[in-house]
Amino acid sequence: MGGAEILFQGETISRLLSGLMVTIRISLVSVAISIPVGVVVGIAMSSRHLLVRAVLRAILEFVRVMPQLVLLYVVFFGSATAFGLDLSGEAASVIVFSLWGAAELGDLVRGALASIPPIQYDSAYVLGLSRMQTFVHIILPQALARLMPPTMNLVSRMVKTTSLCMLIGVVELIRVGQQIIDFNRFQYPTGALWVYLAIFVMYFLVCWPLSIASRRLERRWAA
Amino acid sequence: MDWGFIAKYAPLYAVAAQVTLFVSLWGIVAAMLVGLVVALVIHAKVPVMRQVASAYVELSRNTPLLVQLFFLYFGLPKVGVTLPAEACAIIGIAFLGGSYMSEALRGGLESVAAVQEESALVLGMAPGQSFVHVVLPQALVAAVPALVANVIFLIKESSVVSGIALADLMYLTKDLIGLYYDTSEALLMLVIAYAIILIPVSVAGTVLERRLDHGRG
Amino acid sequence: MSGATPMLELRGLRKSFGDEVVLDGIDLSVASGEVLVVLGPSGCGKSTLLRCAVGLEPLDSGEVLVDGNLISATARDASLRQRVGMVFQSYDLFPNRTVLGNVTLSPMVVQHRSRSDAEEQAHSLLDRVGLWDKRDSYPSTLSGGQRQRVAICRALAMRPEVLLLDEVTAALDPEMVREVLDVVIDLADGGLTMMIVTHEMRFAEAVADRVVMLDQGHIAETSDDPPAFFRDPATPRARAFLSTFDYRRRSGRASGSLTKE
Repeated sequence: MGGAEILFQGETISRLLSGLMVTIRISLVSVAISIPVGVVVGIAMSSRHLLVRAVLRAILEFVRVMPQLVLLYVVFFGSATAFGLDLSGEAASVIVFSLWGAAELGDLVRGALASIPPIQYDSAYVLGLSRMQTFVHIILPQALARLMPPTMNLVSRMVKTTSLCMLIGVVELIRVGQQIIDFNRFQYPTGALWVYLAIFVMYFLVCWPLSIASRRLERRWAA
Repeated sequence: MDWGFIAKYAPLYAVAAQVTLFVSLWGIVAAMLVGLVVALVIHAKVPVMRQVASAYVELSRNTPLLVQLFFLYFGLPKVGVTLPAEACAIIGIAFLGGSYMSEALRGGLESVAAVQEESALVLGMAPGQSFVHVVLPQALVAAVPALVANVIFLIKESSVVSGIALADLMYLTKDLIGLYYDTSEALLMLVIAYAIILIPVSVAGTVLERRLDHGRG
Repeated sequence: MSGATPMLELRGLRKSFGDEVVLDGIDLSVASGEVLVVLGPSGCGKSTLLRCAVGLEPLDSGEVLVDGNLISATARDASLRQRVGMVFQSYDLFPNRTVLGNVTLSPMVVQHRSRSDAEEQAHSLLDRVGLWDKRDSYPSTLSGGQRQRVAICRALAMRPEVLLLDEVTAALDPEMVREVLDVVIDLADGGLTMMIVTHEMRFAEAVADRVVMLDQGHIAETSDDPPAFFRDPATPRARAFLSTFDYRRRSGRASGSLTKE
């Protein structure tokens, strides 16, 4: 069962790492966009306007119920037909993951806001704070603190989900791996095994610490 | 919209949906079994097995299904283990889903108050009887929302099996777009097909949750 | 009482959690048909005493005997648990089963009695506490007092020789305390052997054949005459404890004010 040498020849590792950087870049950019959008969406979803809530809910449910790969197809293939845009695979990915992340975070923000016990509003009221002051100084900070763990979790899910980008032609970690396998198919016939194993390990090494951190934080807030 | 195109290719979507459902369903059934065993091993703190189970949960949760599938489908044949694509898909979904299901079940087990087990013990039940008759039924009910969420999650995840050349909904859509350029129609049918599959599951889950919940506490 | 074998006998029970000694050599016996009430401040070890007697907590040392038979109290011994019943403070009914299901489960599962036999018995028990009408209800639809009465029936369905009650009214509203305690007094009249931990002093006085005051893991005082104990306890410790249930009438309006600088 030889063939592991494929990982140590030439530029295999450095090429895989550059693929990993694309994966991480797409994830981080998407999360960076999701956070502010998600907070705004979450606040809007706590609004008293029935119409605002209904419309947002419909959009968010659609984004959350559809497989991310379906969304990628819709944006990547659909944007050209519908708007005549020629989006790159990476741009389509960032759009989809930002949308998805904002939907997930929006729901988390809404949940966190709803979970603040009413007594908090009452105590702020009897202390003489205005509604806006109560929201900014009392409610929002508590809600955001609760959001730290799920946000870390979202980053980790984001990294895993970027694996789908290769299916719309983005040259990220997996695609780079395939190129290496193809290029060495005669010299290392068992290369696929080792390269996919290496990719598996690389994803794990990025996502695992994020999951652990998320769990630690969760326990800290719970305590 | 080209309604003629839609009418013509809708039957193909029905066939592709069967592929999606076939691998999802068997993958989910297998994931439930894996999840139950893993949850019991971790909950009962079986030495050594427990560490193995925890390591599995971490590996499974922190790697993408697509990479797991590529390893099974493209990697393993290099060492003489060649599996059909359907088998790879089902194994992959079971490997991924097993950890999610085990976490859901464990959450259910932990939600059952200690006094419930103590009550069963002071009524004379053996620990095994108390687990089967008192703790497990409550844990399963408590776990239903998370289990349903996992079922939906795994059906969605199954969309990546097109990556190992299974002719599911994604595969068909990409094929039609590539062949005929009727992009909007193909995408519309794709979205509708997933909505038809996923929305009833979600509704059924909510109904089940209400039926089972006799209001704890 | 002398001569007869006690129904429940605790010999030299010792139990600590970490460095904290909770029970420091307790000797106690309950005769057949006797009602023993255990009193004491919170943290004195009352609940631990009951949990040890029923085998929920492993003992550091000591012995538990039921009807003269030594039970290995270090193990969660099934034979002990079947002969000694217990009701907890919290509403611990099985939430996924109906009232009838709660009462019939363990007779069927543990004692392998037939469903009709178990239901017949449940019928007479639930009738006795006035809850047969609620047999098909789930616990969440019952009041706290109703749940606790069902919990007592559930324990009695196993036909225990001794019943332990651990502050069964502590989580209840005052008006529900009554309906539960009336059931307990009824059981005492019926000759059931019981060991009761409670904070309801008037109830303790009404139901007890004997009162034991526990303090810091020791028995501070025992009395065979409960009315006398509550009127005039012998030890300063018991006197101090009983006086915590009395309030001083305030003497007048103070001149100072917390809100003034």
